[in-house]
Amino acid sequence: MPTPTETTPVQTELALAYVAGQPVTELPRDLYIPPDALDVFLDTFEGPLDLLLYLIRRQNLDILAIPLADVARQYMTYVEAMKLVRLELAADYLVMAAVLAEIKSRMLLPRRQNEEDEEIDPRAELIRRLQEYEQFKNAAETLSNLPQMGRDLFAVAVDLPPGKRDQSRPEPKASLPELLDALSLVLERSKIRQHHNVEEEKLSVRERMSGILQRLDGPDFFPFESLFDPTEGRAGIVVTFIALLELVKEALLEVVQTEPYGPIHVRSVR
Amino acid sequence: MSSTELEQTAQALEALLFAAGEPLSLDRLRALLGEERVTRQEIRAGIEILHGIYAARAVEIKEVASGFRFQLRQQYTEQVMKLWVDRAPKYSRALLETLAIIAYRQPVTRAEIEEIRGVGVSSTIMRTLVDRGWVKRIGQKELPGRPGVYGTAPAFLDHFNLSSLDELPPIQEVKELNQLDPQLMLVVNNVD
Repeated sequence: MPTPTETTPVQTELALAYVAGQPVTELPRDLYIPPDALDVFLDTFEGPLDLLLYLIRRQNLDILAIPLADVARQYMTYVEAMKLVRLELAADYLVMAAVLAEIKSRMLLPRRQNEEDEEIDPRAELIRRLQEYEQFKNAAETLSNLPQMGRDLFAVAVDLPPGKRDQSRPEPKASLPELLDALSLVLERSKIRQHHNVEEEKLSVRERMSGILQRLDGPDFFPFESLFDPTEGRAGIVVTFIALLELVKEALLEVVQTEPYGPIHVRSVR
Repeated sequence: MSSTELEQTAQALEALLFAAGEPLSLDRLRALLGEERVTRQEIRAGIEILHGIYAARAVEIKEVASGFRFQLRQQYTEQVMKLWVDRAPKYSRALLETLAIIAYRQPVTRAEIEEIRGVGVSSTIMRTLVDRGWVKRIGQKELPGRPGVYGTAPAFLDHFNLSSLDELPPIQEVKELNQLDPQLMLVVNNVD
């Protein structure tokens, strides 16, 4: 086991913090954690998965090849130290410690040889979570590197006097029967337009709700019919309609009709 | 519409986009110019004319999720930034991770975000995301407590210079979970 004196930075990193004037470029190794570094550590990691990932990556290991006992021991060292300083933050980390302990004990148990169905490796779930977390950790970095308004991009506009801008005029509300009339119209149209059978897809109302809100961006009204894709067939149209009703119920959508039998318009409530 | 009229439409669009201070959608532009006077195609044609005019300028028209806007070409960012003393603030990793999960996994509940990140989602972060208009509560799950479901809003795409969620960079694939090496555990245990 390496002692603190053996620790040498393996690569040049930005200083994580300055402790007593000295830059800390690397997190403490193994058993020795300077108490001052603990706050740094707590701010550096975004939770137990992040810490585990760090411990694994520090050894240049593949997630699929975690030497669990090793990582678990290091992990516990951090957590023990953390408990002393900021107990309230340690809760999430303690849950993970329990998970690690459970996996470790299950790995130690002898495996039943005679059973046909293969036993699920106790590490599998943890590895799945680690991979999933790493996926989004990287996605967050990618996102951060995209050009951003105000940082990499600047909108160009002329300076006009402040004041309330006109969004649109208020419109009377459409009633349910009129909404249903409009639906039957869309359904009729789908019958005419359907040339071929589209492979049936699982249509989730939730997904569609998200999609509709996505489309109804901005303060503008959209024609009711424009939200439907006739090529999707009946099922798709019904899912869209249910999603619409659900959104109206959630008070996320506003449905208006200017005159009886007139076109129905939909927009998102802001 | 004659070519002179089209030129005039293009100029009117230019005026509106400069004055709006926020992206304007095709339909909103059409409503502002008078629906009876211009068609969607004519608006598109007008935007194309502006594209041509601005091709040789430091300003460009960009279509993002909420519509069209004028912006400085990105190649001038470095020069322009010199006008400011401070750099634009960086977003915290916690905020970006939460945002990434919502963007790629929407609609998601808070609990699902917490499950992936392995820590509680702070209310401050959710409030920041909602206040910026990047994230919206778009519904609720039919589960005990009816937890809210979150998704990204157009302002999120606007901020990251995107016009639709399809333009988000693809997410890294998760490696297949093959047989784990049973020896690994044993070797390490012996050391213990």
